[in-house]
Amino acid sequence: MSAPLLSFERVTYRYPDTDSPALDDVSLQIHPGEFCLLAGLSGHGKSTLLRAACGLAPHFDGGRFAGHVTLAGLDTREHGPARLGALVGVLFQDPETQLVMSSVRAELALALESRGNTAAAVARGVEEVALALGIDSLLDRSTHDLSGGEKQRVALGAALAGRPRMVLLDEPTSQLDPVAGDELIGLLRRLNQEWETTILLAEHRLERCLAAADRVIALEHGRVACDGDPQSFLAWAGERVPALQTPGARLFSLAGLHPPPVGVRAARATLRLNGLLGDQDHTDGRREGDPAPSSKPGRRRARRQEAALSMRGVWHELRDGPAILRGVALSLAPGESVALMGRNGAGKSTLLRHAAGLLEPTRGRVERSGRVALLLQNPSDYFIHERVGEEASAEALEAVGLQEMAARNPRDLSGGERQRLALAIVIGAPGESQEGSPAVLALDEPTRGMDRETKAELAAELNRRASEGQAVIVATHDPEFAAACARRAILLADGRVIADGPACELLAGGWYFATETARILGGAGGALLPQQGADLLRARAQLSHPKATAEAVL
Amino acid sequence: MKPVMGMTLFYRRIASPLHAARAGAGAAWALSLTAATLILFHPVVLLALLAGILGAGRGAGVGRALARSLRTAAIVALPIVLINVLVSREGLTVFARLGDLGPFGQGDLTLEALVYGVVIGLKVTLLILVTTLAGLAIDPDELLRVFRRLSFRSALTASLATRMLPVLSADSQRLAEAQRTRSTGAPSGARARVALLGAVIGGSMDRAMDVAATLEVRGFAGARRAPRAPRPLSRHDIAFTASAAAILALAVLGRLTGAASFSAYPSVHMPTSAGALALCAALILATLLPFCDRRGIEP
Repeated sequence: MSAPLLSFERVTYRYPDTDSPALDDVSLQIHPGEFCLLAGLSGHGKSTLLRAACGLAPHFDGGRFAGHVTLAGLDTREHGPARLGALVGVLFQDPETQLVMSSVRAELALALESRGNTAAAVARGVEEVALALGIDSLLDRSTHDLSGGEKQRVALGAALAGRPRMVLLDEPTSQLDPVAGDELIGLLRRLNQEWETTILLAEHRLERCLAAADRVIALEHGRVACDGDPQSFLAWAGERVPALQTPGARLFSLAGLHPPPVGVRAARATLRLNGLLGDQDHTDGRREGDPAPSSKPGRRRARRQEAALSMRGVWHELRDGPAILRGVALSLAPGESVALMGRNGAGKSTLLRHAAGLLEPTRGRVERSGRVALLLQNPSDYFIHERVGEEASAEALEAVGLQEMAARNPRDLSGGERQRLALAIVIGAPGESQEGSPAVLALDEPTRGMDRETKAELAAELNRRASEGQAVIVATHDPEFAAACARRAILLADGRVIADGPACELLAGGWYFATETARILGGAGGALLPQQGADLLRARAQLSHPKATAEAVL
Repeated sequence: MKPVMGMTLFYRRIASPLHAARAGAGAAWALSLTAATLILFHPVVLLALLAGILGAGRGAGVGRALARSLRTAAIVALPIVLINVLVSREGLTVFARLGDLGPFGQGDLTLEALVYGVVIGLKVTLLILVTTLAGLAIDPDELLRVFRRLSFRSALTASLATRMLPVLSADSQRLAEAQRTRSTGAPSGARARVALLGAVIGGSMDRAMDVAATLEVRGFAGARRAPRAPRPLSRHDIAFTASAAAILALAVLGRLTGAASFSAYPSVHMPTSAGALALCAALILATLLPFCDRRGIEP
């Protein structure tokens, strides 16, 4: 085997002013041309490992560093990020902070110019990377005008412009819609296969990229807990950390099937082999109690009872610009939970802002039966005080289970706790707001950067609120989360509602806006989540072998 | 959410002759307008320059932003006019007497002080408009690239600052929006404002650290001089360079020949001769002509 490109030798690293290590005795080697996935729950060291690999830790972050990290033979203790930058490209989570220049061309040229390339080499490098990533049409665009997906592509282009031997990526798809996210993973696979670029990718939504990876390294409390191929990782996750299982693996584990599938294709092959794949999968799999699909999206519930939120022909047109919403009509009944899905820029956030009254429609009407509490994308934007207790009342904190943390600084809370505190701030306590408890709870992309465990907690909280009569509407790119917290789904495209129906129908029938369970089962029976899929598989097993127990068949 | 178009006061590449010209030519053109503003004092000529710049803003597709800037400029210019009227003791034509103002002497307000105040206010307005127009239509990256050959880090820091402005502006908008969605409404009172300011500053610091990390891995610490990148002159480069030369020449000519002569004290001397009117027309033409050719302006 060739010499390793990246090597960690007994690395222990502590951030400044902390006692517990972010990386604890980490040893691993990554060879040229490998596509490695870095898995782990939030706060278990994925980002730190990436920062140590490119020299940001400790050169930029400070802290205490023991052991050796070697990149292409260069020890990161002796060579800083600027020197290592010629060998490794880095893409962080937030594309906004990775675009430094005003135009795309200048952005792609910056790294090449910094390294003293000639004008011709810079021009060629820019052209080539733009062509490779399919962003040549963006070259003369302003970086302010790009969509989230475009920004992430340009940031990747800037990281790749110097043709580095390795690329480190920290949750690059967390802000992208499913289409853009899949495109990015496909692009990485192409870079890896065609140019032998070594990839080290940290991700939470493993189902999105596991099939592309050669190897998975899982971190637990800063230590390497598992290092193997995707299949052995899934087997390990099933035993040790179920929260790291992909939905497909969870489905198999609940149904008692082996081996855990690395992707949809592998899962379907196993099911076919076991005679558990229906001949004709159908997508109209409404569950009992689900509303019937409607040809007039959004209007059906208004007649039955007073709507908690009603939008009639809502337009949002920018002066000298495009229309962001185009005649949106929808109605939410009390206690209804709705997932709002669509590509970046489809109008989801704008729709929620209209629902909450932050924006006024240029045409159309919005009616609310009470207050609409809107939780915006970044919970940290709500925190302006030094103590949790100053941000929300004791009653509101108690409602989200944070009463014990009143004395802590909001910025020291974990991702899930921050989300709950932000919820407490926007929902408040009964009687705190003049309008009382909110009739509608609207959340804009609440799961960015969250691990599966935290998402499950949030979904449970939203389900609880819906069962208490609050209408819940969540804009999300995550079909798994949408399936866990919504009974109805609305698909927006170009400012229009293009589909509105039961989640089990809408999230079962697509390639992109569908859960992994639904894609494995072809949408059969409206099963969206692993548990529902496992029930369906058991029923199928029972039907095909009525005398045997389902477990025995499976 | 998409940015509210037409509300941004930052450079973005759109289809216009000024945007299509290289930053050096655009900057020379803006500098010539600045020089003309500083050299000339005749109010009618300054009004002609104002018309030219507003027309140029429209030609560059940033007319609305420039009109907003005009309102801001008026807020700056008005106090200048008022202060000059109140403090200037020159001029012979008294139009109001405020009586004895103690240590400030007699409070006689003169027409000459008013006219001179208007001229200075007009000049300040023109300077603000030219700066705004240049900021909106001249690529700062390209401009700073020229300076990067002299001092890479200083120019890149300046470039970074220009990039951070819209980012921080978006951040503070987001923060303000989040505060509006609190169940108790946006916090009010001095203490809340201080806390909010602290959060904005804290957020900016976090942002700056993230951007610094990005720069670090892109090799900023080992940065070298930017390479020279020759490129052929476009029709717009030539047009704006020629326009810049013409504006500067006209301004100097107007000053030297006395066609734009003007004095405010002791009494207003403002001949509106044929020469002054010709100068006005020539300045407007020289400013606007480069915008007539709209070939090859698409980004």
